[in-house]
Amino acid sequence: MRALELTTVRKQFKKKRGEMTTALDGVSLNVERGEVVGILGPNGSGKSTLVRVISTLILPDAGEIRVFGVDAVRKPKIVQQTMNRVSVEASFFKKLSARENLLYGAKLYGVTGREALPRIGTILESIGFDMKRVGEPMEHLSRGMQQKIALARALLTSPMLMLLDEPTTGLDPRSKKDVQDLVNAIRAQHDSSILLCTHDMGEAEDLCDRIGIMVDGRIVELDTADALKRRYQQNGHLPSLEEVFMAVSGTSLEDADARESEKAEKAGVN
Amino acid sequence: MALQAQLAYGRKARWLSEIVAAWGFAQRNYYLTKRYFWWEVVWLGYTTANAMSIGFIGAAVEETGGSFEGSGRATTYLLIGALLWSYLSMLFDILSETVSWERWEGTIEYTFMAPASRATHLIGTSVYAIVYGILRSIVILGVIALFFDLDLGNANFLGALLVLATCSISLIGFGMVAAVMPLLSPEKGQQVTFIFASVLLLISGVYYPIDVLPGWMQSLAQFSPVYYALDGVRDTLLDGQGTTSLGDELWPLLVMGAICVPLGIWVFQIGERFAKRTGRLKRSG
Repeated sequence: MRALELTTVRKQFKKKRGEMTTALDGVSLNVERGEVVGILGPNGSGKSTLVRVISTLILPDAGEIRVFGVDAVRKPKIVQQTMNRVSVEASFFKKLSARENLLYGAKLYGVTGREALPRIGTILESIGFDMKRVGEPMEHLSRGMQQKIALARALLTSPMLMLLDEPTTGLDPRSKKDVQDLVNAIRAQHDSSILLCTHDMGEAEDLCDRIGIMVDGRIVELDTADALKRRYQQNGHLPSLEEVFMAVSGTSLEDADARESEKAEKAGVN
Repeated sequence: MALQAQLAYGRKARWLSEIVAAWGFAQRNYYLTKRYFWWEVVWLGYTTANAMSIGFIGAAVEETGGSFEGSGRATTYLLIGALLWSYLSMLFDILSETVSWERWEGTIEYTFMAPASRATHLIGTSVYAIVYGILRSIVILGVIALFFDLDLGNANFLGALLVLATCSISLIGFGMVAAVMPLLSPEKGQQVTFIFASVLLLISGVYYPIDVLPGWMQSLAQFSPVYYALDGVRDTLLDGQGTTSLGDELWPLLVMGAICVPLGIWVFQIGERFAKRTGRLKRSG
């Protein structure tokens, strides 16, 4: 049974003046059990909408989403028990401590305080979190530390499918490396399947079994990094992933990001 | 211990998970109260001062020979109104701010993608609101008792508590309906909940008998649980009305509770579905 199966998923949003914008344009994607699939794409390409649709936060207009064979639209409560998500925003109660936030997060998934507390200790130690700071308000912790807590929160609920939406964006190089190591550790020690959305080429190449390239709400390529490079090989030159992205989308990731930011500012897109 | 061992634990029965989650919501709100302790103290001080100033208005009315509903106990009459409104409005506020608060903190998506049901979410929040509201009211009552000679010689406290408990249920239902508004429109929704609370304050006879209101407002008061709660609590505390003769107040409250709580949960679920269809969970502010 596949961890995740998306079949021609579509999602449109209404813009301010009543026009429609397409966030997901017939996305089909499979993630096998234990597999790490990366989605590379610029801002506004639909990566976050894709994660939100899978995590039942947005209802698709059309298409089918199955998580371990269960329809995510019809049976969201069953699906929600099997997955967790770490997003680019920390999403914590800022005044509450790491321990309090973790306890709350665990209880939402039916894990009691008695079950969660020893796990919190072990998980935080395993990710190199300074336990002396576990009682400090989240707002006192660095972004890197907050992101580690976010990963710990997800791990506490034993997710079979983890959705990582740009978990290292905005982190300093050291924190980025720590979070990437943690994702690798999860992968090595647990059979969790992972969907990782990122716009970091190196991260995608290091962490993912297969990489999808997403442009304008469509996954235009999906394969292993090596296969993608071979596919776009020219005159015996094996391109980098960045070059593959340029060949597929006709632009660099940075240029696409800049264009999207400008477009979003002008239009006030959702 | 390896991460894998940490991750391997059995899933619970659904009902047990829901109880754990309800406790989680109540405990989270307790943690928040603790973290915002000094703000809570300030608000408690403000509410107490507000209740006392209303009590002094009552004392002034008594000094000039005035009375409320012919009882001649204006101070106690007004203080019951102030105390009850502080409790009921707090209950309503906590419930109606369920969504706004999570939006402000940025946790709304995390909470809404968890398997805990919306009923559990709202019930957990309600339980905390009731416990916290009662404790807060006891503190205010204690301070008030130091300053005013409350006329509670004939009071039927048990009856008053019964009315209050019944009213809490229907007000929780009202709060649930109001809580959905910020889900539909973040800013306008919050404005609507303020308007809703203001209307309840105006028409329910918190500080005056509703007889003084225009006819249409009196008709509107018949749909406010706060009106029946005030009526019942004043009858029991001021006149010592027996618990068995509280039917006129308890029945409307029970009917409202039986309608409003399921209605509130149902409306909230519709609102959640709308927000998920239009992508409004994400938007903040």
